[in-house]
Amino acid sequence: MATFNFELVSPERVLFSGSVDAVILPAADGDVTVLAGHAPLMTTLKTGFLVVTDKPGNGKRVLVRGGFADVSQNGLTVLAERALPAEELTQEILDKEILQAEMAYDATNDLAAKHAAESALAQLREAKAALNY
Amino acid sequence: MPSLKDLRNRIASVKATQKITKAMQMVAAAKLRRAQSAAEAARPYAERMSVVLGNLASGVTVGPETPRLLAGTGSDRVQLLVVCTAERGLCGAFNSSIARLARDHANRLLAEGKTVKIICVGKKGYDILRRQFAEQIIELVDLRAARQIGFEHADMIAQKVLTLFEQGEFDVATLFYSRFRSVIAQVPTAHQIVPAQLEASGAASDAVYEYEPDEGDILTTLLPRNLTVQVFRALLENAASEQGARMSAMDSATRNAGEMIKKQTMTYNRSRQAMITKELIEIISGAEAL
Repeated sequence: MATFNFELVSPERVLFSGSVDAVILPAADGDVTVLAGHAPLMTTLKTGFLVVTDKPGNGKRVLVRGGFADVSQNGLTVLAERALPAEELTQEILDKEILQAEMAYDATNDLAAKHAAESALAQLREAKAALNY
Repeated sequence: MPSLKDLRNRIASVKATQKITKAMQMVAAAKLRRAQSAAEAARPYAERMSVVLGNLASGVTVGPETPRLLAGTGSDRVQLLVVCTAERGLCGAFNSSIARLARDHANRLLAEGKTVKIICVGKKGYDILRRQFAEQIIELVDLRAARQIGFEHADMIAQKVLTLFEQGEFDVATLFYSRFRSVIAQVPTAHQIVPAQLEASGAASDAVYEYEPDEGDILTTLLPRNLTVQVFRALLENAASEQGARMSAMDSATRNAGEMIKKQTMTYNRSRQAMITKELIEIISGAEAL
């Protein structure tokens, strides 16, 4: 399978850099799967899980919050304001994230922002439930 | 002529000071390593961000629709200075050189008849600027409780700036910090953050981009984030510079103390010897007189 270059960068560190098969992005208007040779695309991300497949059948999940993705000929670059690999997730971190999302939800009156916060909350609660198993 | 006891005390106190400065230098060296790696880890994000934003902005023609964070308010009457300094002193000229740059800038703006507002990040810069610009300083951000500068601190400062901008409190914002070039060289820098200054990369791809949601929406979400990233970067560079400045300041302090001890010990030994000689002469002349 053709691979392409993928970089996942958060302000604190570079989380992933290398060639991958496919990446599923939680884009603002719905999930997007990026494969090699994808048309140039720039999109903002919502809170959710990004799935990196670096070899067939081996997907890694990373929780990202706030950021954007840039697909160009050079590959895919994701700049996430906050990125946490699934294996680093703990109950406390998720609780903190949920609290922040709830606060964001309460803080705005803007319908679009409320909607975004709501979907973020749903994602986080789902992640928390998955963690308990 | 100080007595022997005075000299002894003086040497002891300089020695104690030297021990402290030596310890501070080593602590700064350890902290510097951490701060430097944090600053380096943040670099890729900031660089990608400015590349992407540059590409995006070069495709946008400035019009009434353009976000004001990019286009500006069309005036430069009210200027906001965000001055980032350290929370602690004893780091050479680090704080004062940033403050001096900010002060010169503010004085020039005031001479041009513009209104100046100042946000101080860090207590030391506030202490220096307060003397001259007590009325202009609108806020002091205290990061003393923060052990390690995190993205959330930068976000907090950026949100403050954004709120002020949305309320129309200023037209142009400039960030003052110290760029970390090496352990011995830190460069005080002024960087305009609002309206955003973007260098359009010449290699803007010809490929047609798909935007999701549309271009304008992305730009409006990216510009505030870019502001946060700029502040974050400034804070990290500042942290590294501070430790670097402290390390070299403490190094020279330790060396100076060493020199002082050497000189004092010399005087001490000399006067001790003089005293012995004097006593001997007294005894001998006393014996001769008999």
